[in-house]
Amino acid sequence: MQQLGMGQAVNQALREEMTRDPDVFVAGEGVGVSIHDNPMFPTAGLLEAFGAGRIKDTPVSEAAIAGLAVGASEAGLKPVVEIMFNPFFTLASDMIVNHAAKLRYLSGGKSSFPLVVRMKSGAGIGAGCQHSHNLEAWVAHCPGLKVVMPGTPADAKGLLKSAIRDPNPVIFIEDMLLYFVPGPVPEEEYLIPIGPADIKRPGKDVTVVTWSKMLGVALKAAAQLAQEGIDVEIVDLRTLVPLDKETILNSVRKTGRLVVLHEATRTGGFAGEVAAVVMEAAFDSLKAPLRRVTGPDIPVPASPPLERFYIPDEQQLIAAVKEIL
Amino acid sequence: MEIPQAKKMEMLRSLLLARRFEESLTELCKIEGKIPGMMILCTGQEAVGAGVCAALQPEDSIITNHRSHSHLLAKGADPRTLMAEIFCKRTGCNKGKSGTLHLAVPEVNAPCTTTVVGGGPPIAVGRAFAQQYRRERSVTVCFVGDGATNEGSFHEAMNLASLWNLPVIFVCENNLYAGAQRHEEHTKVKNIADRAAGYAMPGVVVDGNDALAVYASALDARTRALAGEGPTLIEYKTYRWRGHGESDPQLYQPKEEIAVWQAACPIPKLRGDMLIQGLISADELHALEKKIDAVVQDAIRFAEESPYPEPHEALEDVFA
Ligand SMILES: Cc1ncc(C[n+]2csc(CCOP(=O)(O)OP(=O)(O)O)c2C)c(N)n1
Repeated sequence: MQQLGMGQAVNQALREEMTRDPDVFVAGEGVGVSIHDNPMFPTAGLLEAFGAGRIKDTPVSEAAIAGLAVGASEAGLKPVVEIMFNPFFTLASDMIVNHAAKLRYLSGGKSSFPLVVRMKSGAGIGAGCQHSHNLEAWVAHCPGLKVVMPGTPADAKGLLKSAIRDPNPVIFIEDMLLYFVPGPVPEEEYLIPIGPADIKRPGKDVTVVTWSKMLGVALKAAAQLAQEGIDVEIVDLRTLVPLDKETILNSVRKTGRLVVLHEATRTGGFAGEVAAVVMEAAFDSLKAPLRRVTGPDIPVPASPPLERFYIPDEQQLIAAVKEIL
Repeated sequence: MEIPQAKKMEMLRSLLLARRFEESLTELCKIEGKIPGMMILCTGQEAVGAGVCAALQPEDSIITNHRSHSHLLAKGADPRTLMAEIFCKRTGCNKGKSGTLHLAVPEVNAPCTTTVVGGGPPIAVGRAFAQQYRRERSVTVCFVGDGATNEGSFHEAMNLASLWNLPVIFVCENNLYAGAQRHEEHTKVKNIADRAAGYAMPGVVVDGNDALAVYASALDARTRALAGEGPTLIEYKTYRWRGHGESDPQLYQPKEEIAVWQAACPIPKLRGDMLIQGLISADELHALEKKIDAVVQDAIRFAEESPYPEPHEALEDVFA
């Protein structure tokens, strides 16, 4: 099987969907001519392959980029627009939150907005908090938006293809460090549906619910815990909205223990939602209080020791698991 | 306009300091693990920071962006703590929270540096409003790139500043590129200064590699602002010698274009004028260059010898 980074997997998905459907186009800052000359990046080579008519380099104008997607999608095109770094979502947010998410509802179901907003996210790039800020809980809080946050290249490819074909606005969040972590990606065409979570490691003692880059942390922690005889089940959500409550609940009913792990900050983070779902429906199954392992409630600092302090790691997860065993 | 000799010396010093400071960074950031994150430099554009800040008084403010080093140095920021922050050390001016991208130096009235493109103009409006509100005799300069003028925030800020006659100077440092896009690939108007007309504000185009012209135009704008006549948009035409950041291989910048602009370097221009007019002798110039080199070396040593912050210090400074 081919080994690709997540950026390359995204790139393949874009190429396949653009080849399949002439209405798919890509727009954003530097999606064509770029300051990066790196084949690991998601939009590398697209301009050469599809031309400037379909690969639209835009000015530094996030509101216009997002609005372009809203207007063009209702008119029948399939925009895939990029917000260069997750924090710049704020500049695009009116078009996404007040428009993409709501206009179908406001039309009584007459209009639809089949658009994808790709956002690059994640701490660990040493650039500080105006470039690293995981905002998935913000978008998940807006009814009308689907939210996808893959943790492996294969999931990214299959989910992005589904996102492009989805008749709704989909926010697709890619962790930039995952661009440089190769993983197997099937050669033949495939789709992964938006919605279902994936059990990345079956286990019987404790459930760890996670997504995106933190999947790697969970897998490493689980391997260490396995040596001590602790069997962790890892539920990779992949999609936050719609949320696969069944898979979460089935896992917790089996293990009786839950840790939710995400990189985003704690207060108001999506772990709270997962916890509430479990408390409402599987309270009786819990043998111990659930735990959250998250970034602390601070902006992501630039200095390496501070940034490392911010990003949740294996040791924190292992400690949380042991606390509730 | 007769520009005082001391001002010319100040500008020459700022130019040389910024150049030396950033040339060192170009070398230092090649060393693996030395400087974390991105490295965004203004090499070749230093006359804008040098000339504008020479026209300001200490009580005037600047709000700057991701390409801030020369602005901050010219405004009087301490090279040592600036360098230490770029190295992400505990002794840095922002205790390692910022790194190179958001250097805040309130001590010299450079309180907010934002790397969100277009983040600066509305903040500058607020700062200038406070100056007007308190009847202070001071102004706020907002440095933006050409690309930033395509953010909605820039236009909202221009309109409000003009409407309320606020003492702002919008300085657009047009280095011909925004990321990988050349001016004409991202903006239809030839001169960013033309955008001022939409807000009934004067817009002027000035050679951004001529420190004296930069100084004179900024001083005019400051005088207007203090007279209660409101904001000015000044577009300084200059050029980004380096890539967007140091990791950018500059594949889209023609080599000949870079060479043309390097020939128009702002340093020999001012230095030559001053030598010809006898404002500085060759010996004095040499001594100045040595002194600046020592300042930069001292700053690097300070940064290198400083410790990193302790991990738990990440939790400090969120709230006042
Ligand atoms: C809101 C926002 N969008 C995108 C970026 C990424 N980015 C950083 S600098 C830059 C180009 C800015 O160009 P310009 O304003 O001309 O300034 P220059 O870099 O040329 O000094 C871009 C797109 C950002 N930092 N903030």
